[in-house]
Amino acid sequence: MAETEIQVGRSPVDPPRDRVFKTELVTLIPHLRAFARTLTGDPTAADDLAQDAMMKAWDARASFQLGTNMKAWTFMILRNQFYSEKRKSWRQSQLDQEAAERTLVAVDNPEAPVALDELRLGLCMLPAEQREALILVGAGGFAYEEAAEICGCAVGTVKSRVSRARRALQAILDAGAYDRDGRSAGDAMGAILADAERLSALR
Amino acid sequence: MIEHAPMDDHRKSAAALDEARLRQQAIGVKLRQMFDEVVNEPVPDEFLDILRKADAPASGQ
Repeated sequence: MAETEIQVGRSPVDPPRDRVFKTELVTLIPHLRAFARTLTGDPTAADDLAQDAMMKAWDARASFQLGTNMKAWTFMILRNQFYSEKRKSWRQSQLDQEAAERTLVAVDNPEAPVALDELRLGLCMLPAEQREALILVGAGGFAYEEAAEICGCAVGTVKSRVSRARRALQAILDAGAYDRDGRSAGDAMGAILADAERLSALR
Repeated sequence: MIEHAPMDDHRKSAAALDEARLRQQAIGVKLRQMFDEVVNEPVPDEFLDILRKADAPASGQ
Protein backbone atom coordinates (compact mmCIF):
# COMPACT_ATOMS: atom_id res chain seq x y z
CA MET A 1 0.00 0.00 0.00
CA ALA A 2 1.74 3.12 1.17
CA GLU A 3 5.11 1.44 1.52
CA THR A 4 7.86 2.98 -0.55
CA GLU A 5 7.71 1.32 -3.95
CA ILE A 6 10.80 0.34 -5.85
CA GLN A 7 11.57 3.05 -8.32
CA VAL A 8 11.73 1.22 -11.61
CA GLY A 9 13.11 3.25 -14.45
CA ARG A 10 12.33 6.90 -14.61
CA SER A 11 8.97 7.12 -12.91
CA PRO A 12 7.53 5.82 -9.68
CA VAL A 13 4.41 3.72 -9.77
CA ASP A 14 1.93 5.40 -12.03
CA PRO A 15 -1.54 3.89 -11.74
CA PRO A 16 -3.15 5.38 -14.87
CA ARG A 17 -0.19 4.40 -16.99
CA ASP A 18 -0.16 0.93 -15.45
CA ARG A 19 -3.81 0.55 -16.28
CA VAL A 20 -3.25 1.45 -19.92
CA PHE A 21 -0.30 -0.90 -20.05
CA LYS A 22 -2.21 -3.74 -18.50
CA THR A 23 -5.21 -3.35 -20.78
CA GLU A 24 -2.96 -3.60 -23.78
CA LEU A 25 -1.04 -6.51 -22.28
CA VAL A 26 -4.28 -8.44 -21.76
CA THR A 27 -5.20 -8.07 -25.43
CA LEU A 28 -1.85 -9.59 -26.35
CA ILE A 29 -2.23 -12.75 -24.24
CA PRO A 30 -3.87 -14.80 -27.04
CA HIS A 31 -1.03 -13.89 -29.39
CA LEU A 32 1.63 -14.72 -26.82
CA ARG A 33 0.00 -18.10 -26.28
CA ALA A 34 -0.01 -18.80 -30.00
CA PHE A 35 3.62 -17.82 -30.44
CA ALA A 36 4.63 -19.87 -27.41
CA ARG A 37 2.75 -22.86 -28.82
CA THR A 38 4.76 -22.71 -32.04
CA LEU A 39 8.02 -22.48 -30.12
CA THR A 40 7.42 -25.28 -27.64
CA GLY A 41 5.02 -27.47 -29.62
CA ASP A 42 3.36 -28.39 -26.34
CA PRO A 43 0.24 -26.62 -25.02
CA THR A 44 1.11 -26.88 -21.30
CA ALA A 45 4.72 -25.80 -21.69
CA ALA A 46 3.51 -23.04 -24.01
CA ASP A 47 1.14 -21.60 -21.43
CA ASP A 48 3.85 -21.69 -18.76
CA LEU A 49 6.12 -19.83 -21.14
CA ALA A 50 3.44 -17.31 -22.08
CA GLN A 51 2.67 -16.65 -18.39
CA ASP A 52 6.34 -16.12 -17.59
CA ALA A 53 6.66 -13.74 -20.52
CA MET A 54 3.53 -11.86 -19.47
CA MET A 55 4.91 -11.37 -15.96
CA LYS A 56 8.31 -10.33 -17.27
CA ALA A 57 6.61 -7.75 -19.44
CA TRP A 58 4.57 -6.53 -16.48
CA ASP A 59 7.65 -6.24 -14.27
CA ALA A 60 9.48 -4.36 -17.00
CA ARG A 61 6.57 -2.06 -17.80
CA ALA A 62 8.42 1.06 -16.70
CA SER A 63 10.97 0.50 -19.45
CA PHE A 64 8.31 0.23 -22.13
CA GLN A 65 7.43 3.33 -24.05
CA LEU A 66 3.68 3.56 -24.39
CA GLY A 67 2.57 4.03 -27.97
CA THR A 68 5.36 1.92 -29.42
CA ASN A 69 4.88 -1.62 -30.66
CA MET A 70 3.96 -3.59 -27.56
CA LYS A 71 3.22 -6.77 -29.47
CA ALA A 72 6.76 -6.93 -30.87
CA TRP A 73 8.17 -6.03 -27.46
CA THR A 74 6.32 -8.82 -25.66
CA PHE A 75 7.16 -11.34 -28.40
CA MET A 76 10.81 -10.47 -27.95
CA ILE A 77 10.53 -11.04 -24.20
CA LEU A 78 8.82 -14.37 -24.75
CA ARG A 79 11.39 -15.48 -27.29
CA ASN A 80 14.32 -14.53 -25.06
CA GLN A 81 12.69 -16.34 -22.17
CA PHE A 82 12.25 -19.46 -24.29
CA TYR A 83 15.83 -19.58 -25.46
CA SER A 84 17.39 -18.73 -22.12
CA GLU A 85 15.43 -21.56 -20.48
CA LYS A 86 16.39 -24.00 -23.20
CA ARG A 87 20.01 -23.02 -23.28
CA LYS A 88 20.32 -24.17 -19.71
CA SER A 89 19.73 -27.80 -20.53
CA TRP A 90 19.56 -28.56 -24.21
CA ARG A 91 21.41 -27.80 -27.33
CA GLN A 92 19.37 -26.55 -30.23
CA SER A 93 19.42 -29.69 -32.32
CA GLN A 94 18.21 -31.80 -29.45
CA LEU A 95 15.47 -29.33 -28.82
CA ASP A 96 14.20 -29.57 -32.41
CA GLN A 97 14.36 -33.33 -32.25
CA GLU A 98 12.35 -33.40 -29.06
CA ALA A 99 9.69 -31.08 -30.42
CA ALA A 100 9.32 -33.27 -33.48
CA GLU A 101 9.06 -36.41 -31.41
CA ARG A 102 6.53 -34.91 -29.06
CA THR A 103 4.38 -33.87 -32.00
CA LEU A 104 4.56 -37.34 -33.52
CA VAL A 105 3.53 -38.85 -30.22
CA ALA A 106 0.60 -36.47 -30.08
CA VAL A 107 -0.52 -37.62 -33.51
CA ASP A 108 -0.38 -41.26 -32.53
CA ASN A 109 -2.34 -40.60 -29.40
CA PRO A 110 -6.01 -41.42 -30.10
CA GLU A 111 -6.98 -39.23 -27.15
CA ALA A 112 -5.56 -36.17 -28.86
CA PRO A 113 -8.58 -33.95 -29.41
CA VAL A 114 -7.40 -32.48 -32.66
CA ALA A 115 -5.30 -34.35 -35.15
CA LEU A 116 -2.23 -32.30 -35.88
CA ASP A 117 -1.89 -31.76 -39.53
CA GLU A 118 0.93 -32.15 -41.97
CA LEU A 119 1.89 -28.51 -41.77
CA ARG A 120 2.56 -28.73 -38.06
CA LEU A 121 4.73 -31.78 -38.54
CA GLY A 122 6.51 -30.14 -41.42
CA LEU A 123 7.20 -27.06 -39.30
CA CYS A 124 8.84 -29.22 -36.66
CA MET A 125 11.36 -30.38 -39.21
CA LEU A 126 12.58 -26.88 -39.98
CA PRO A 127 15.57 -25.41 -38.16
CA ALA A 128 14.30 -23.35 -35.21
CA GLU A 129 15.42 -20.00 -36.61
CA GLN A 130 13.64 -20.63 -39.90
CA ARG A 131 10.50 -21.77 -38.16
CA GLU A 132 10.23 -18.73 -35.93
CA ALA A 133 10.95 -16.32 -38.80
CA LEU A 134 8.24 -17.92 -40.92
CA ILE A 135 5.75 -17.90 -38.04
CA LEU A 136 6.38 -14.25 -37.16
CA VAL A 137 6.10 -13.00 -40.73
CA GLY A 138 3.71 -15.57 -42.20
CA ALA A 139 1.29 -15.95 -39.31
CA GLY A 140 2.00 -13.34 -36.65
CA GLY A 141 1.53 -10.42 -39.00
CA PHE A 142 4.92 -8.84 -38.36
CA ALA A 143 6.88 -6.88 -40.94
CA TYR A 144 10.37 -8.15 -41.71
CA GLU A 145 11.80 -5.22 -39.73
CA GLU A 146 9.75 -6.11 -36.65
CA ALA A 147 10.63 -9.79 -36.92
CA ALA A 148 14.30 -8.82 -37.14
CA GLU A 149 13.98 -6.81 -33.95
CA ILE A 150 12.23 -9.67 -32.16
CA CYS A 151 14.88 -12.19 -33.22
CA GLY A 152 17.78 -9.82 -32.69
CA CYS A 153 19.14 -10.17 -36.21
CA ALA A 154 19.41 -8.23 -39.46
CA VAL A 155 16.40 -7.67 -41.71
CA GLY A 156 18.15 -9.45 -44.58
CA THR A 157 18.71 -12.46 -42.35
CA VAL A 158 15.00 -12.66 -41.57
CA LYS A 159 14.14 -12.37 -45.25
CA SER A 160 16.43 -15.21 -46.21
CA ARG A 161 15.25 -17.37 -43.32
CA VAL A 162 11.64 -16.87 -44.33
CA SER A 163 12.28 -17.73 -47.95
CA ARG A 164 14.37 -20.76 -47.05
CA ALA A 165 11.67 -21.87 -44.63
CA ARG A 166 9.01 -21.56 -47.32
CA ARG A 167 11.01 -23.59 -49.79
CA ALA A 168 11.93 -26.26 -47.24
CA LEU A 169 8.36 -26.56 -46.01
CA GLN A 170 7.13 -26.93 -49.56
CA ALA A 171 9.66 -29.67 -50.21
CA ILE A 172 8.77 -31.46 -46.99
CA LEU A 173 5.05 -31.38 -47.77
CA ASP A 174 5.60 -32.46 -51.38
CA ALA A 175 7.75 -35.39 -50.35
CA GLY A 176 5.43 -36.48 -47.59
CA ALA A 177 8.49 -36.27 -45.38
CA TYR A 178 6.30 -35.69 -42.36
CA ASP A 179 5.36 -39.39 -42.62
CA ARG A 180 3.19 -40.23 -39.67
CA ASP A 181 4.30 -43.80 -39.14
CA GLY A 182 7.69 -42.57 -38.12
CA ARG A 183 9.21 -44.19 -41.18
CA SER A 184 11.69 -42.05 -42.99
CA ALA A 185 10.41 -40.02 -45.91
CA GLY A 186 12.77 -41.88 -48.21
CA ASP A 187 11.17 -45.19 -47.28
CA ALA A 188 7.70 -43.86 -47.91
CA MET A 189 8.60 -42.39 -51.27
CA GLY A 190 10.51 -45.52 -52.21
CA ALA A 191 7.48 -47.66 -51.44
CA ILE A 192 5.21 -45.48 -53.55
CA LEU A 193 7.61 -45.50 -56.48
CA ALA A 194 8.13 -49.25 -56.25
CA ASP A 195 4.37 -49.77 -56.32
CA ALA A 196 4.00 -47.55 -59.33
CA GLU A 197 6.75 -49.40 -61.13
CA ARG A 198 5.28 -52.80 -60.37
CA LEU A 199 1.86 -51.74 -61.57
CA SER A 200 3.17 -50.36 -64.84
CA ALA A 201 5.25 -53.51 -65.43
CA LEU A 202 2.11 -55.62 -65.12
CA ARG A 203 0.50 -54.02 -68.11
CA MET B 1 7.14 -35.67 -85.00
CA ILE B 2 6.98 -35.25 -81.30
CA GLU B 3 9.28 -32.35 -80.80
CA HIS B 4 8.97 -29.84 -77.99
CA ALA B 5 8.64 -26.41 -79.40
CA PRO B 6 10.32 -23.78 -77.22
CA MET B 7 6.88 -22.28 -76.63
CA ASP B 8 5.79 -25.45 -74.87
CA ASP B 9 8.68 -25.24 -72.48
CA HIS B 10 7.89 -21.64 -71.75
CA ARG B 11 4.31 -22.43 -71.09
CA LYS B 12 5.29 -25.37 -68.93
CA SER B 13 7.66 -23.37 -66.74
CA ALA B 14 5.12 -20.57 -66.44
CA ALA B 15 2.53 -23.12 -65.34
CA ALA B 16 5.00 -24.59 -62.86
CA LEU B 17 5.67 -21.16 -61.44
CA ASP B 18 1.97 -20.50 -61.08
CA GLU B 19 1.49 -23.79 -59.33
CA ALA B 20 4.39 -23.15 -56.96
CA ARG B 21 2.92 -19.76 -56.13
CA LEU B 22 -0.50 -21.23 -55.48
CA ARG B 23 0.94 -23.87 -53.19
CA GLN B 24 2.89 -21.23 -51.30
CA GLN B 25 -0.32 -19.28 -50.84
CA ALA B 26 -2.01 -22.41 -49.55
CA ILE B 27 0.78 -22.90 -47.03
CA GLY B 28 0.45 -19.27 -45.96
CA VAL B 29 -3.27 -19.66 -45.38
CA LYS B 30 -2.76 -22.84 -43.35
CA LEU B 31 0.00 -21.23 -41.33
CA ARG B 32 -2.28 -18.36 -40.33
CA GLN B 33 -5.10 -20.78 -39.58
CA MET B 34 -2.85 -22.78 -37.29
CA PHE B 35 -1.76 -19.66 -35.43
CA ASP B 36 -5.22 -18.09 -35.29
CA GLU B 37 -6.66 -21.31 -33.94
CA VAL B 38 -4.70 -20.70 -30.74
CA VAL B 39 -5.30 -16.94 -30.79
CA ASN B 40 -9.04 -17.61 -30.85
CA GLU B 41 -8.98 -20.04 -27.94
CA PRO B 42 -10.42 -18.59 -24.74
CA VAL B 43 -7.62 -17.36 -22.49
CA PRO B 44 -7.27 -19.62 -19.42
CA ASP B 45 -8.30 -17.81 -16.21
CA GLU B 46 -4.84 -18.41 -14.80
CA PHE B 47 -3.42 -15.64 -16.94
CA LEU B 48 -5.74 -12.98 -15.62
CA ASP B 49 -5.46 -14.30 -12.05
CA ILE B 50 -1.70 -13.99 -12.15
CA LEU B 51 -1.88 -10.51 -13.55
CA ARG B 52 -4.47 -9.46 -10.97
CA LYS B 53 -2.30 -10.74 -8.11
CA ALA B 54 0.77 -9.01 -9.50
CA ASP B 55 -1.14 -5.79 -9.34
CA ALA B 56 -0.03 -4.47 -5.95
CA PRO B 57 -3.07 -2.25 -5.56
CA ALA B 58 -1.52 1.19 -5.65
CA SER B 59 -4.84 2.87 -6.19
CA GLY B 60 -7.51 0.27 -5.52
CA GLN B 61 -10.33 0.22 -8.00
